[in-house]
Amino acid sequence: MQMDVDTLIRVAAFTGGGIAMGFGAIGAAIGEGYTAAQANVAVSRNPSLSGDLFKNMLVGQAVAESASIFALVIAILLLFLDVPGHSKLTAAALFGAGLCIGFGAIGSGIGSGFPGGQCCMGIARQPAVVSKMTTNMLIGSAVCQTPAIFSMVVALMLLFMDFSKLPLFPTWAALIGAGVSTGLAAIGSGYGGGLAAGASCEGLARQPEAGSNLTTTMLVGQAVAQTPSIFGLLISFILIFKTFPESTSLSAAMALLSAGICMGFGGIGPGIGNGMAAEGAVRWVARNIKSAGELMRIMLVGQAVSQSTSIYAMVISLVLIFVL
Amino acid sequence: MAIEGVDIVKAAAFLGAGISMGLGAIGPGVGEGMVAAKACEAIGKNPKEAGLLTRTMLVGQAVSESTGIYSLVIALLLLFVV
Repeated sequence: MQMDVDTLIRVAAFTGGGIAMGFGAIGAAIGEGYTAAQANVAVSRNPSLSGDLFKNMLVGQAVAESASIFALVIAILLLFLDVPGHSKLTAAALFGAGLCIGFGAIGSGIGSGFPGGQCCMGIARQPAVVSKMTTNMLIGSAVCQTPAIFSMVVALMLLFMDFSKLPLFPTWAALIGAGVSTGLAAIGSGYGGGLAAGASCEGLARQPEAGSNLTTTMLVGQAVAQTPSIFGLLISFILIFKTFPESTSLSAAMALLSAGICMGFGGIGPGIGNGMAAEGAVRWVARNIKSAGELMRIMLVGQAVSQSTSIYAMVISLVLIFVL
Repeated sequence: MAIEGVDIVKAAAFLGAGISMGLGAIGPGVGEGMVAAKACEAIGKNPKEAGLLTRTMLVGQAVSESTGIYSLVIALLLLFVV
């Protein structure tokens, strides 16, 4: 079957756009559903606060929504944009962009729902600290969005950079791999960051005077949970910016695609695990503030060990890119 | 693009190495995170035993890590030996 370049580019753009919005819709919907569910429980506990709770639910949901709005933007760009450069590589880049934001929006969407929901429950429990709760929720869920923003950055780079002068083989695999790497690695970090942010909202309602300790522990925990998605971003940048010598062998292409798949999947587990560790630490800082330092220490040690598998994945990816 | 047998085998080995290490990293990451979360809970409840709890956590995580190391070994075998 022979296809001219323009047809191939449109096929890739439309498939990529469908994947971007289809996968990108999963996370935000689940996250917002969680927020709304918790808001309902909170209203039934304390109906006199329904106004505040309703407002907070909507603010929390709006932040969670942003991940899927990123996906919507990329999907619309893929459908209607007149892309720079017309080569078969453009087709690979567009498909990669769709994969990247589609996968990348899942984790942040789900994760941002947790602080929203826990904030509503917290307000019902401790109405005196409404504004503190909302601020804490916004900080937490904003950090949850960063993996989705990384995916958006990579997707935009794949959309707008001109790859037409590079050799088609094996660069096509590098571009798809770049999309998969950041996209998949963002799932774990977004979800994990949300766990920590949810626990800090719950803790703030339980122990408002522990506020600054809770926010600090949450931010440190989230920052560590973010690292797998930063590894994913690093691998994506290498795959996008490194010029690979022309080679028509299948193995050269598969090494680059495999590097992206390896780092992408490898980032999911450690991201979720780091988030769980941070959630545990934040939850117990609220219950036992005297041990805050001890908890921070054990959280970081536990996270470091949990991180190790994503470092293995990065090593294998770098070997696939540079050694083979 | 002509594809030869040797090339296809190499390509499959590379792809297999990526899938092995990528998917293999998910389980240990989540499992070790659960251990760390529970260790935080335990220290929150009983801070005096922090040293003992840290040790228990690390040993538990090391065991959980083993499947990640198996994945790493298989990935390296696929890349360099097979």
